[in-house]
Parts: sequence; structure tokens; C-alpha cells
Amino acid sequence: MLVHHGYSDGSGNYFITINSEKCDACGACINACPANVFCIFAEDENDPLNDRPVVSIDQEKRNKIKYECAQCKKCGKDSILPCLIACPIGAISHSW
Amino acid sequence: MITAGIDCGAKNTKTVVMKDKQIISYALIPTGFDQSGAVSKSLDEALNRAQISMDKVWQICGTGSGAKSIGVDIKINDIKAIATAANYFFQTARTVIDVGAEEARAASIDETGLVIDFAINEKCAAGTGAFVEAMARALETSIEEMGELSLLSYNPIPMNAQCTIFAESEVVGLIHSKVKKMDISRAIHDAIASRIVGMVRRIGVHDDIVVLGGMALNRGFLSSLSRELPNHNILTPRLSEYGAAVGSAIHATRQN
Amino acid sequence: MVTFMAAFNSPTFYKKNFFQLCSPGLGNEEVDNLKQTQTGEFWRWRESNWVNEKIEWRNSRYITVGIDVGSVSSQAVVMCDGEIYAYSNIRTGSNSLDSASAALNSALANLSMKLDAVNYCIGTGYGRVNVPMSDRTVTEIACHARGANFLFGPAVRTVLDVGGQDIKAIKCDSEGKVTNFLMNDKCAAGTGRGMEVFADLLSIPIGEVGDRSLDISEEPAAVSSACVVYAKSEATALLRKGLSPNEVLAAYCAAMANRIIMILERVGIEPELAITGGMAKNKGVVERLTRKIGINPLKTAWDSQLAGAIGAALFGYSLCKKGKGRTTK
Repeated sequence: MLVHHGYSDGSGNYFITINSEKCDACGACINACPANVFCIFAEDENDPLNDRPVVSIDQEKRNKIKYECAQCKKCGKDSILPCLIACPIGAISHSW
Repeated sequence: MITAGIDCGAKNTKTVVMKDKQIISYALIPTGFDQSGAVSKSLDEALNRAQISMDKVWQICGTGSGAKSIGVDIKINDIKAIATAANYFFQTARTVIDVGAEEARAASIDETGLVIDFAINEKCAAGTGAFVEAMARALETSIEEMGELSLLSYNPIPMNAQCTIFAESEVVGLIHSKVKKMDISRAIHDAIASRIVGMVRRIGVHDDIVVLGGMALNRGFLSSLSRELPNHNILTPRLSEYGAAVGSAIHATRQN
Repeated sequence: MVTFMAAFNSPTFYKKNFFQLCSPGLGNEEVDNLKQTQTGEFWRWRESNWVNEKIEWRNSRYITVGIDVGSVSSQAVVMCDGEIYAYSNIRTGSNSLDSASAALNSALANLSMKLDAVNYCIGTGYGRVNVPMSDRTVTEIACHARGANFLFGPAVRTVLDVGGQDIKAIKCDSEGKVTNFLMNDKCAAGTGRGMEVFADLLSIPIGEVGDRSLDISEEPAAVSSACVVYAKSEATALLRKGLSPNEVLAAYCAAMANRIIMILERVGIEPELAITGGMAKNKGVVERLTRKIGINPLKTAWDSQLAGAIGAALFGYSLCKKGKGRTTK
């Protein structure tokens, strides 16, 4: 399942997409993220028939990731995103 | 040399007249639906106040969201305008923040006022002055009063809604649950300050920080901003609202 | 609601009253009532409950309950081995704890069955953490997809739910399992709340918005700002330019359709499409949206508002079959 966490508003799309089929909840992204936007859920609220834990975006930060992620998304440079680098299976992608 | 700078913003149109890089007069007119009308009105008024006739003005430079539709000698983008103004007001400025009615911008600048990097909040009211204006309406108070009220609060409460429309309902909810007006005011300013700082983080925060635009007149906002950036100097000039117009007037001295 | 219940089983009733069934509040009389009683209350519709008397609950293996506490309405659905036995649809009060109980009580009102016969109860929706009788919570995303699969059939691939405060775009497979989704509850653009702001601005009852936006001679350009705050100033400028309120509504309905399409496109639009939520009742948006994407949405005889609660009850049924249900007497 592709889970798009984040939002779209007048200024653009701000989504962090996690592929829950690939993600094995290893937690590498959690350690890599300086803004602590990732977290692990023991139960997958989006798929009650799945027994594995899943990585998700902190509910509190979901609707402001444009700002939470700002420190890794410097203007005028190609951003090197620690979460993307940390994920060993490429289960994370950003939309902006 | 006499020059004029006009900033045609979403809410107000500001004109500044400068003589040898000193501000000699300024005027502010609500932009309304007629941009070019507001531009000529504010220019006439500023020239009137300075007792200067149009033919003495060497060059006029325009900026702001309405700059496209106005007939002036030269134009400059808002980022350049605020960078120039920040450098003019404070030589030590390295970051400039400008929060206008429908747009917020930030730029990092060098010691000569040249732009190194910039970021813009636009097309979403949540990160601009429009948010604070809507919140003041929901709180049934003026922006000025809301700014002063928030200075009295020592009780931070969170605002959950990010969207201006949803935040209006949240503010009404807070009023109904008898939360003090000053605490709501502070929450509003904390919310906008954290979004502005989020934007500034994209270009890196460097001292000194200069705040321009209408929101710089709001002491409640400035105090929230300094709480978000506790280790930084935050400066604001007296004519903060005229920042971009000042930058344009200075730019008008440079080009032929 | 005994009369309602009996009539529900007759096919002519489906046809004649299809709109009332699926769209409480949009029948002509209802709109008239709305006009007279409008006091800033936007979703006026009858609360309802229903029982399928053909089902004998005592003979069923698993009884499961799904309770969907939304921001505007709450539904409870009781299922016997995956078949709808009873449901209720009520307004959400200011307290979601009370709303969950009220919805369940309303569904159980005329039943001999008691709560202790239930094997599994799932809470879903915006107020799902406040469903005290639930065994677990599941997001409305999963429940909507599963519920849409039940209501509209297994051909559904895209589910669009536009509620009062959010937009959900969901892709699912033939089993109703979610494959791709997003939920936007950060921004009012494209949501029912955004439409309310416009209805207020133009002093037009929300129930009339759809029809009036289609009652125009020429389709105006869509409002260009997505942000509701800026769209409002744009609308004021359009009125000054001489556009009629109907035309301004049309311009906003078109903007709303564009906005919703943009969000749908993130997950990809694949037929068949099912539209649920309050916006499904706004013809002005739905017609513009379907015209633009060239897909006609599926219809159902059931109230599509039940999708979430049905999905929740179905998940309860699946979990019971996996041996996770409560043992009852």
C-alpha cells in the first residue's frame, strides 16, 4: 500500500509517501530524521488485517511537514534527505 | 537625486520619496480593486507631503504583487527590494523577513545587501498576514489590540488547525470554552511565527534578522518570533511597512 | 421508522425515492423546509435507523458492529456474518463519546439483540478514539474502501470521499483492500467547509448550491486561487465585475472540481469510481468533476454515508474469522 502522509494546500503538495509493502519497520528513518517526523505504529490502523508494525508520520507533524522538513530542504540546492538515504529498501519518497 | 519607490501590495500601496538616499516623505493608500489608481494616489500624496513636483523625480521604481500592472520607469522583484531595504536600515542584516498581507518572504543577504537565497510563502493564507487578519476578525478585535493582548499572556496553548478557515472555527471554539482572549491571541501569533520560522529555516537563520512588512508593527508577532528564535537578534525599523518601497527607491538611484 | 423500513424493500421505492435515500436533505420539500428554517445550519437531514427483519441474529455465527463517528454525522452498522442487520445514521453532537453511544443505541433500538451478543466492535472516523465500546480502531480510509466494495460492488477501484473537513482519495483492489491513498485534512480547499464559506458569502442555502451553479447561461472561468481565503477575495472581485451569484458559484464549483481532481490524480483515477461523503450530494461539483475526468460514478441504493461503518463491521467480521473475536455466551 502506498500511503501518502502530508497534505496539499494552495501553495503546493507536501507528501511523504511510504510503501508499506516494502517497509519492514526497521526504524532507520526514525534515527536519521532530525525533525522526528517518523514514528512506528505497532498496529496498522490503515490495514487491520496486517499484523506487522508500520512506520508512519507523527500525527502532530503530518499537517505541517512543509515546515518540519524545512531544515533538510534548503533552497537553491539539491536537497540530500537523510530519511531517503537511511532507508535501505527505498520505501520512502517525497513529493516536493 | 530624488527618486521614488512604490510597493503595490495586495492590501496597501506604499510610496517612499528619497533624496540622496534619505527618506523625505512616504504615503500609504489601500490598494482596493484599482491598482493603478492606488499607485498614482499614493505617489501624488507622497510628493505632496514632500512638496516636490513630479518633474523633479529622477526615476520611479515599482515592486509588489501589483507591480506588473503599473506604469513606472523600472521594476524590481520583492526579494531584491526587501534585501536592499534591510541593508539600508541595518548594515548588519544577514536575514530579512517580510510578512505582507498575502505573501511572506525571507532572504539571506550579504554585507552589501545582495540576495544569497530566498524562500516565499504564498497562495496559502496560513503563512501570511491574511491569517492574522482573519483571526482578529474571529476574535472580534483589531490586529493592533490582538498584538498587545498577546504580550500579556504567559500561558501557551496550541493551535491545532493549520488552515485559516479551520483555525477560525478553532478560535471560536476556544472563545466558547472560556479561554482568555490574551491566551488565544498569543496562540495565534505563536502559530504564524512558527510557520514563518519554518520558511526561514529553508535558507538558514543568520544574524542580524530584520523584519519588514505590516506584520512587523505587531509587537505580539515579534515577541512570538523571538521565542521561536531565542538566540538571534531581531530588528525592525520604524517604517517597517514601507520596507519594499524603500528598497525600490534606493534601486531607482542605481539604474538609468 | 417502520414504514420507511418496509418501503425500502420495494423496487419502486428505490427508483422513486433514490435521491432521498442517498441524499437526505436534497428532496424538493426538504429544500423548501431548508429555506424556511435555515439558521446557519448547513446539513439538515433526517436521522434514520433501519432493520433487516429477514435476518435472525440468533442463527448467525459472528455479530459485528462498526461505528463511524464523523465530524457531521455518525453511523452504526450491525452485521450478522457480513450481512447488514441494522443501521442508524445520526448527527454528531458536540461530544463524540455520546455520539457513538447514541448511534449504537439508535441502531439497536428495535432489536431483541443486546450489546453483549456482539463479537467485535470497531470504531472509525474522525472521532474513532471516542468509541468506548470498540475493540479496536481502524482509519476511515480502510473502512471506506471496504465499505465501498460492499455498497458499490467489487469493480470499484477509486473511492473519493469529500467530507465537511477533508478529502480522501483511495485506490483499492477487488477485495476492497487499499492499495494507494491520501487524506487531506490540512486545508479547507475543496472540502464542504470551503463550500459553506462560499454559500455564506453569497447568502445561498447550501442545499441550493449545486442546482444554482448549473443554472447559468455560460460557464465562467474557474476561480484560480485554491486557498479559500484568497478565493473569497477573488469571488468578491468577480461580483464587482458584474457576475451573478449563480455564476460565482459556478466558478467556485469548477475550482472545487479541479481541486478534487488534482488530489485524485495523486493516487491515480481508475474506473470504476465511487463518490461518498457530503459533496456527493452537490450536483454542481459532481457534474463538473465527472465531465472533466470522463467517468460516471457508480450508484448504490444504500445510503453511501454508511460506507465507513459498513467497512468497520466487515473488518470486525474478518477479524472474528481469524479467531480474534470476543466469545459471547
